[in-house]
Amino acid sequence: MTDLLRRDDTATSAILAAPTGATRAPAGRRRRGFSPLRSVIKHTVLIAGALLMLYPVLWMVASSLRPNDKIFADPSIILRDFEIANYVNGWNAFAEPFGHYLINSALVVLGCILGNLVACSMAAYAFARLEFRGKKWWFAIMLVTIMLPIHVIIVPQYIMFAQLGWVNTYLPLILPKVLATDAFFIFLMVQFIRGIPRELDEAARIDGAGHGRTFLQIILPLMVPALGTTTIFTFIWVWNDFFSQLIYLTKPEKYTTPLALRAFVDQQAATDWGAVFAMSVVSLLPVFIVFLLGQRFLIQGIATTGGK
Amino acid sequence: MSAINELRHLKGGSGQTTKRDGKAALVFLAPWFIGLFAITAGPMLASLYLSFTKYNLLQPPVFTGLDNFTRMFTDERLHKSLGVTFTYVLVSVPLQLALALALAVLLDRGVRGLSFYRSIYYLPSLIGGSVAIAVLWRTVFGTDGLFNVVLGWFGIEGKGWISDPDTALWTLILLNVWTFGAPMVIFLAGLRQVPGSYYEAASVDGASKWRQFWSITVPLLSPIIFFNLVLQIIHSFQSFTQAFVVSGGTGGPADSTLVFSLYLYQRGFGAFDMGYAASLAWLLVIIIGAFTAINFWASKYWVFYDD
Repeated sequence: MTDLLRRDDTATSAILAAPTGATRAPAGRRRRGFSPLRSVIKHTVLIAGALLMLYPVLWMVASSLRPNDKIFADPSIILRDFEIANYVNGWNAFAEPFGHYLINSALVVLGCILGNLVACSMAAYAFARLEFRGKKWWFAIMLVTIMLPIHVIIVPQYIMFAQLGWVNTYLPLILPKVLATDAFFIFLMVQFIRGIPRELDEAARIDGAGHGRTFLQIILPLMVPALGTTTIFTFIWVWNDFFSQLIYLTKPEKYTTPLALRAFVDQQAATDWGAVFAMSVVSLLPVFIVFLLGQRFLIQGIATTGGK
Repeated sequence: MSAINELRHLKGGSGQTTKRDGKAALVFLAPWFIGLFAITAGPMLASLYLSFTKYNLLQPPVFTGLDNFTRMFTDERLHKSLGVTFTYVLVSVPLQLALALALAVLLDRGVRGLSFYRSIYYLPSLIGGSVAIAVLWRTVFGTDGLFNVVLGWFGIEGKGWISDPDTALWTLILLNVWTFGAPMVIFLAGLRQVPGSYYEAASVDGASKWRQFWSITVPLLSPIIFFNLVLQIIHSFQSFTQAFVVSGGTGGPADSTLVFSLYLYQRGFGAFDMGYAASLAWLLVIIIGAFTAINFWASKYWVFYDD
């Protein structure tokens, strides 16, 4: 099952992680008609566009470091006075220190990553390598669940988890991942495993390895790039997830980062924007870091997968 | 577990080739099967049943036949919400894809620092759905927000873009367009597959860049444009966080940002009108399904498959 926010990222990672038989034409034609002037114009446009895109975010970062009374008076992103007070205020403005909510989010994210890695890789191995009855149908069903809106199951799912007494625990957020409902990642891994030569499996089989060992010792080590992609996207999606966390977590001490931030904004945004911005920046920081670290990993993933 | 029984049953009648792996498949697929039945298919059937009932979580559901569905015809807020959602999807998705394609084409032609630009333009897609960015949007388009300050430089009188029912939705549309980086990355990957020789031949024949774009790039990229279109429409119909945070959970002002998911949330988890919420969920499935079907039907006329 998929969450609300992820469709576009979904496709992106499909491309990033899917085997690319990309045969880029020699750079020759791309450089045809190359002129320094055109290049300067193009880069100017691209840089201006990038700046325009990121300006609000940069302004938020700058504002989080400004005294509160100067935030709305100053539309620039250049800092004259540098003030860390907003971070101190914001960190302690909640019922618990902000770190509490970061840890809560981290726990949910960690559980979801582990769940996705284990359950999706197992299912992917079955779909990519095992022969069993009705495989095509199950595979088709799996693909359909990727597209299914979460709304159509959220009401009964909520009732079910509520009856189990799991509201205000992280189980309703983590358990679905442990049960491989993030079918997109299964699909991604199936694609990846199909790119691994079958001879490797067969060699292992001749040496007497069963499916368990083949999976653990041959396939898993080779699919590290796909596991990396899964880790990174699970991290970012779950970290940003709001809908299901909003539904299942109502006790403030159980709040994750987005819930805490939302509650904070509704309570006192009008008074302390500096602190709101500071904690917004803090909440985005893990995503930036994972993106920066993961990007290289993703590109490596593409390189490793190469050819179908 | 019903899942495992189901698989056993399937395996029971298995043919020759399936014998060897049946047991192993059972083990490897066990989590997925349990999830499929307990977390996905089971709740789906339950939600179908609930959509024909009145249910508030406290008393057992009462079967009311088609009441929930006839109620949709007279539910003014639902009509408003559908209008908002259609506007949101039908305006933001084409704009988003056009920008994504334009940037991808611009970046594809051997630009130095491609990976740098790609990262910068992709970044909003990763954070656009977060609460932090929705909060930022709320301030940027507020009465004394950044946007009005910039307008002021050009002598334009600003206003509270988010507190005005005429413009609030457009700030959300802009936010959705802002995340064009994801389809852009997909377009970039697609452009790599277009053989350079096509452009060379066209250049030799004297075709302008503009003509090359429409006669080579667009047709060859059309399967990917189609893919992005289907995906972004499905995605945008489910948009929730931004409208929720920007409007403080109300969908206001005057229900002008009451996107479908938000209305469903209000009915189900605000008013605990669970039966009606379930029927709304199925309405959403039908709408998304219809749009996807129309897309597939229309694709016959404009999507060009090479093979």
